[in-house]
Amino acid sequence: MTRAVKEAAAVSNLREFYRHFDGDALRDALRRMYLIRRFEEGAEEAYTRGLIHGTMHLSIGQEASAVGSCMDLRKTDYITSTHRGHGHCIAKGANPALMFAEFFGKEEGYCRGRGGSMHIADVESGNLGANGIVGGGLPIAVGAALAIRKQKRDDVAVCFFGDGASNEGAFHEALNMAAIWKLPVLFICENNKYGMSVSTERSMAVRNVADRASAYNMPGEIVDGNRIEDVSEAVMRATARARNGEGPTLIETKTYRIRGHSKSDRNRYRTREEIEEWKTRDPIGHFEANLETFGILGKDEVEAIRLAAEAEIAAGIEFARNGTDPSPAEVARDVYTGGAS
Amino acid sequence: MRELSYAQAVQEALAQAMEADSRVFLMGEDIGVYGGAFQVTGDLVHRFGEDRVMDTPIAELGAAGVAVGAALAGCRPVFEFQFSDFATLAMEQIVNQAAKIRFMLGGKVSVPLVMRFPAGSGTGAAAQHSQSLDAWFAHVPGLKVVQPSTPHDAKGLLLAAIDDPDPVMVFEHKLLYKTKGDVPEEAYRVPIGKAVVRREGRHVTIVATAIMVHRALEAAEVLKGEGIEAEVIDLRTLRPLDTQTIIDSVKKTSRLVCVYEGVKTLGIGAEISAMIAESEAFDYLDAPIVRLGGVEAPIPYNPVLEKAAVPQSDGIVASVRSLVTGRI
Repeated sequence: MTRAVKEAAAVSNLREFYRHFDGDALRDALRRMYLIRRFEEGAEEAYTRGLIHGTMHLSIGQEASAVGSCMDLRKTDYITSTHRGHGHCIAKGANPALMFAEFFGKEEGYCRGRGGSMHIADVESGNLGANGIVGGGLPIAVGAALAIRKQKRDDVAVCFFGDGASNEGAFHEALNMAAIWKLPVLFICENNKYGMSVSTERSMAVRNVADRASAYNMPGEIVDGNRIEDVSEAVMRATARARNGEGPTLIETKTYRIRGHSKSDRNRYRTREEIEEWKTRDPIGHFEANLETFGILGKDEVEAIRLAAEAEIAAGIEFARNGTDPSPAEVARDVYTGGAS
Repeated sequence: MRELSYAQAVQEALAQAMEADSRVFLMGEDIGVYGGAFQVTGDLVHRFGEDRVMDTPIAELGAAGVAVGAALAGCRPVFEFQFSDFATLAMEQIVNQAAKIRFMLGGKVSVPLVMRFPAGSGTGAAAQHSQSLDAWFAHVPGLKVVQPSTPHDAKGLLLAAIDDPDPVMVFEHKLLYKTKGDVPEEAYRVPIGKAVVRREGRHVTIVATAIMVHRALEAAEVLKGEGIEAEVIDLRTLRPLDTQTIIDSVKKTSRLVCVYEGVKTLGIGAEISAMIAESEAFDYLDAPIVRLGGVEAPIPYNPVLEKAAVPQSDGIVASVRSLVTGRI
């Protein structure tokens, strides 16, 4: 079969995700997943070599959740993110070079080197910021959705948070208010099974975070967070509801972080077998296999995307290394808008 | 000049801000048809509708965060805490988020948020409804903290706060809500960061906040009869602190008394005392600096004890008299 014939034959049987997005959009989704993976591997290596200080929380293994959630969003839609937020930032459209510059503490970084990994943000692309406080972004997303409604826009606010945040009081307050006011907000819980070291079995009385949606009279949907098409289709349904004035949705993406919680993690709370088992469900490998099987991308095209992502990451690290260090004289800069304190 | 109560002055500022700017809206518990626990929002819901005078659930943390998010996304929320004590439930959003987002994001955004805090003791509401926590907030870079003591300043400082691009915490003493004073009808501003000399004098400087301004003025009147002329400064803003007005006054009087309702230890008086000790006014001091603040205990219910827990004018008179006559 020629490729065109193969595509035509496949398309009729394809699920919504592969029919909704054209080849360019799907290619871009794979590109972003690779950018996230290589960005985090690059950041980890730079940390190990002492080029980045502090700590960081890697989302390796969770790329489908970030990209699948953001690929149908507009630039004017907002996201709020978490301490594990590099993926969300890239998925929403950030430039990895400026993110690296932030990690290296440079003036060229998204936050002029003042925020680092835990506060990475790209307001231009609608990312209101990662958050160092578990659950901190939940009410803020509801507020952004309230602003959207007051401004009579049909945008949405997408709130990323983890299974751990769903045990915070802020989760309850935020979901309750979003529901009573029917605000255009999506609560996307990336359930990676552990709040730092404590498993969801030990920290939650219900099996699924999505089960909690019924307390707010909103839909709660569980998806395989490692399958981009599952995530994206659920998000598209919820986004359509939100834009249509039908209120919020809680989506739980079941996923897994392959790396530890942060740089201090010694993996004492989970088994090597569990980690290895989840590695076989790699979201990038899954997506790639589907793109090839459905005749959307050839092996050579996948290889080209991978190489381009690697080159972009390498160039980003180089850009960051050559960035400008902030002056100690400007340590209190931007505390207030006027500059004065 | 027209007279309004402090509560009416706050309400007028809210109404004028909402009339002038469609981005301004109010959030809080029972601020709608109930009119607010202290009737500050009154009938505003009937004039502006429920979308702009929003009752929230009893959810201080979440609702404060909603205000932060709305401010980030282009609105100008004015948030009412029912009692300032309840802000303890919302400290995460105020201290970790509102105060720091601009800084953490390298100056890419502002958080134009106003929060109003009915504060202070004297209503018999006991330990969880009577605190003066203003100094807590003044300790946080990124926040501004104002504490108007008159109806005039209540309106002018609130309008300035709503104009301000950064989060401004407005502390309103509950006992002042019914006090009356001259309030111009137009929408005027009182600048944030400027103290004011309420009474001039040459023997001692009394720096006071909120209701203590009135108690200090009463004390100054009594002291005048004894030949002691006290200068009374109404601090008005805790952050940023107007150091110059205090320094200038102390250089003139050579004596300093700080009077505030919050717990004495580590309160605003400690900051003012240290600031003077570090300034050129230190060499002008003829006597130790005196702090009169709240006792080292929660606010009690019993009315006699409640009065004893915070400075009263007779105590101010006694302290100033001792200081000026050299008995300290």
